[in-house]
Amino acid sequence: MLKLNNISKRFNKDQALQPFSYEANAGQTSVFIGPSGCGKSTLLRLITGLLASDSGEIIFDDITLSQQTLYKLRQRMGYVIQEGGLFPHLTALANVSVMANYLNWDKDRIDARIDELSGLMQFPAELLLRYPGELSGGQRQRVSLMRALMLDPELLLLDEPLGALDPMIRFDLQQELKEIFNQLGKTVLLVTHDIDEAAFFGDILILMRDGGIIQQGKIEDLVQHPAESFVEQFIRAQRPCPALVDSEQ
Amino acid sequence: MKLLQRILVGICLALILIKVSADSTSESNIIIGSKKFTESVILAEIATQIIEDSGVEVSHLSGLGGTRILWSALLAGEISAYPEYTGTLIQEIFSEKKIDNFAQLETALAEKGIGVTSRLGFNNTYIIGMRESRAEELSISKISDLKLYPDLKFAFSNEFMDRGDGWPALRQQYQLPQVDVRGVDHDLAYRGLESGSIDAMDLYSTDAEIEYYKIRSLLDDQKYFSDYHAVYLYRLDQKRILGQQLQRVSGHIDNDTMVAMNAAVKIAGRKEQSVAASFVKNNFAIESSLTEISIYDRFLKNSKDHLILVAISLFAAICFAIPLGILAARRPLVGQVILATAGILQTIPSLALFVFLIPLLGIGGPPTIVALFIYSLLPIIRNTYSGLHDIPAPLRESAQAIGLPPVTSLKIVELPLATRSILSGIKTSAVINVGTATLGALIGAGGFGQPILTGIRLDDTSLILEGAIPAAVLALLVQALFELFERVLLPLPLRYQVENKQA
Repeated sequence: MLKLNNISKRFNKDQALQPFSYEANAGQTSVFIGPSGCGKSTLLRLITGLLASDSGEIIFDDITLSQQTLYKLRQRMGYVIQEGGLFPHLTALANVSVMANYLNWDKDRIDARIDELSGLMQFPAELLLRYPGELSGGQRQRVSLMRALMLDPELLLLDEPLGALDPMIRFDLQQELKEIFNQLGKTVLLVTHDIDEAAFFGDILILMRDGGIIQQGKIEDLVQHPAESFVEQFIRAQRPCPALVDSEQ
Repeated sequence: MKLLQRILVGICLALILIKVSADSTSESNIIIGSKKFTESVILAEIATQIIEDSGVEVSHLSGLGGTRILWSALLAGEISAYPEYTGTLIQEIFSEKKIDNFAQLETALAEKGIGVTSRLGFNNTYIIGMRESRAEELSISKISDLKLYPDLKFAFSNEFMDRGDGWPALRQQYQLPQVDVRGVDHDLAYRGLESGSIDAMDLYSTDAEIEYYKIRSLLDDQKYFSDYHAVYLYRLDQKRILGQQLQRVSGHIDNDTMVAMNAAVKIAGRKEQSVAASFVKNNFAIESSLTEISIYDRFLKNSKDHLILVAISLFAAICFAIPLGILAARRPLVGQVILATAGILQTIPSLALFVFLIPLLGIGGPPTIVALFIYSLLPIIRNTYSGLHDIPAPLRESAQAIGLPPVTSLKIVELPLATRSILSGIKTSAVINVGTATLGALIGAGGFGQPILTGIRLDDTSLILEGAIPAAVLALLVQALFELFERVLLPLPLRYQVENKQA
């Protein structure tokens, strides 16, 4: 579904991403995890083409990402960032339908899709005409996810999508999102620094440090067979909730 | 793309408008010009009335900026004739030719396609003058006496400060030691002299104020100042219409007559038109039909002229500066060049710009509009640039990442977010523009600058206010108008910058 062959990125003297290869299978959720500056956000920015890779290639469904294919491919990816990146001058509705309008969808089609998405994301229809500034943090992230899902993309790129939410709302949204991912069968690339969240969502976890992969595998592999002491340290530093650890076992 | 198209159409429209208004000035028949001092206005008015009597359609464009502006306007055919002084021509226009008699001057002018009448009769040379009481106190009676008082404060008309036969050469000739020497408007200098804030100034020997303000004319004991005989200059290609008529005035105005006419306007407060009418009636038995323009009509005309200047130049500047600002925000290197260039243009003094534009665009509206256009660019470019530049990176990147191409992202995301900044740039430009447009009167563009200039010349405060108050009110109105635009154009949540983040 998505192949990364030896992509890398250097900012001035800083090697943000070592030559990096990875293949995400369709329907699978891959979680990139690691401390700040490990290159996990850079990775998503390379895949969306916000940054150009210094080497290698990104292949999406047998199409290589390039200046020519970029705009078409972006329509097949949904991208959500921590603060949502909602346009403050547009209503929630306008934010969600911005690309559909650009692609000249007719009104009925847009309305139908919005209905479907607000049902899916449990977003009250009466809030659709509000501006982002008039919504709560959790509501804003729901709108961001609706915007990302609007064109029914095959790939979802989520960069700390729940990072700025308070724990209760975050917990609810985690539950809902996991169900939605399973239900829709999307390929998901999720970036987080929270091991609980990673364990909860990830079919595969990729632990990164200094722009390179330290270990990849299921959460059980990371816990039971850490590749190096950093893996243990990282997991321990997050103080996993005992109850969660129990349930995983 | 639509946005770009609209901008291009706008620019074309503005250029056509400028061209049309340029053509309309050059089509009207005969225009007599005058400088912005009373004597020149009276002489031009006399010429206008005499030519009108010969059955030719003629108008008087009064109070233009100075010798350079009149001379270039005459050469460019923007005006057909204007009163000038032999000394100015010899010292200023033909300073390289070393002309020392009238016949040589006539030849030099003819080479430029300009004809000249014989002398009108008076010699309006430069004089250095001091308040009678002050001169008495220091017992100064001639220019060489000034050498003894190095602390004296001088104020000369700006033209006198740097003309070939002005202050620098005078100082050289008499070895004058004074260092406190300033350039001021001639009419304002009289007030300075009266109040004692300056000690000496340059005068014209026919100035009505010499007697009125009790000024002592210092003797030019080294015969430094040359003669300034008044003549009319006219375009030789219009000699058939103008030459003979203007020549009729020659020899009819001696020094006393001129001083009396100047005094009638400046001291007694009569209109130049009516003073000139009395003169042509007494000398040539011509009855001029004086059209008295009411203060209301004058106000309407000034408002119309002023609004046209502001509207066209501002509109063109908006069409031109916003795309430049966008380009500057998108391409940082080009942006530096654009911003630096606009900054440099902003610093060109308006008079210098006018003198540069007259050969290209003539006088009146077009050069004024171009100058105002140039002065309006920087605030709009700057604010467009910074408005776009200051959009938070996550928003700009979100627009890209969801798949919007650059032009669409600009149109529906970036420009709306930069609207507040762009509008405030336009508002700044508009307010500056309204003020600067008053300078258009210096090159015959009319507007509220006209009564201000005339008011300064005639020491008439109510006339100054007739221009200054509407200009100030217009600036406030423009400001209010753009604040209204801001309310209408800004998307709802951007109108009040209250971000109620609840996260």
